[in-house]
Amino acid sequence: MNARQLIEIAVGFFVLAGIASLVMLAFKVSGLRDVYNSEQGYQVYALFDNIGNLKARSRVTIAGVNVGRVKSIELDETNYRARVDLFIKNSVQIPTDSGASILTAGLIGDNYIALEPGAEEKMLKEGDVIQETHSALILERLIGQFLFNEKK
Amino acid sequence: MLKVIQHLGHRALHFFLTIGRATLILLSSIIGRPRLKLGFKLLVEQLYAVGVLSLPIIICSGVFVGMVLGLQGYTTLVRFGAEQAIGQLIALSLVRELGPVIGALLFAGRAGSALTAEIGLMKATEQLDGLQLMGIDPLRRIIAPRFWAGFYSLPLLSLIFSAVAVYGGYMVAVEWLNVDDGAFWSNMQSSVDFHEDILNGVIKSIVFGFLVTWIAVYQGYASVPTSEGIGYATTRTVVYSSLVILGADFVLTAVMFGGLG
Repeated sequence: MNARQLIEIAVGFFVLAGIASLVMLAFKVSGLRDVYNSEQGYQVYALFDNIGNLKARSRVTIAGVNVGRVKSIELDETNYRARVDLFIKNSVQIPTDSGASILTAGLIGDNYIALEPGAEEKMLKEGDVIQETHSALILERLIGQFLFNEKK
Repeated sequence: MLKVIQHLGHRALHFFLTIGRATLILLSSIIGRPRLKLGFKLLVEQLYAVGVLSLPIIICSGVFVGMVLGLQGYTTLVRFGAEQAIGQLIALSLVRELGPVIGALLFAGRAGSALTAEIGLMKATEQLDGLQLMGIDPLRRIIAPRFWAGFYSLPLLSLIFSAVAVYGGYMVAVEWLNVDDGAFWSNMQSSVDFHEDILNGVIKSIVFGFLVTWIAVYQGYASVPTSEGIGYATTRTVVYSSLVILGADFVLTAVMFGGLG
């Protein structure tokens, strides 16, 4: 093994170390596993009066367990409500009369969507709408209501 | 009064002349018919000199920067009872800022200055003229492989820096200060986004790699061929590179994370 080969081996290790670092950052630090697994799922949407601080990529949970993510949030221009597209794993089937509410994790935590499964036999399919929704709790509005009631 | 304005004009012309020359050198060294076999051989040699030999300083600094981040972050966060968020503090500041920036600053000091001194000495000892006499274009033979090696090395070095530093922070926060292991990684993973944070950090280091090596090879190539001139050129490489890195970092951060983009 001559010097030339040693140099090439060192460079090879250097490049490998760089790639390994990228992989480590991707999977261990940014938790890319969701995308990597890219589990099959379906999309449903729900209309909310007010979504508070909900963002795309927020969690969707049933009984506190992650079952999907918020895909996108838009304003429905016909009735001025927020249209939230939810991506839900195929392994989770949800009855058509389920409800969706926007909750906050902890006092100052992120907003997420909690689904409450209904009792219907039929399940939601791709593109269906969740009828029953509860908006996010807006602290200012709550305080306003409280003050107003006190006056009466 | 007129003299001041004349001086200003002279400096401005000189500045643009420098940029123009640097661009010409860059273009004529990287454009043209590549000779794959020889080019690859030269590139590997330079990757060794520029990249592999920079590894020790990058890894050492990475460990220490990560450890300091862990320690400082912990002492501040623990006051709010939020020491669980240490993982996301370490990871975000590393992949967004510290990895690319400190990596590039170290790279400018370790590899950039060496490039300038090497090319400057080649010029002083008339090796570049010698090559030209033999009909070999020194830009293609000497400058191009060094430029590409720096351009490829810095992103890899920055990634290695960030990865090592995350483990440095882990060592201090989890092993030493007893932050919960699971909370450390899960908070990190829920707040760091691959595209938003890591890829933008990589883009930053690519830009820095380009700028630093460009400055280094130009300063070497345009240096005054005396021992004093080489000394000045090396100093200028480190000073200009550092300024350009920090300036460009602000612009890139404003575009990527400042909501301007």
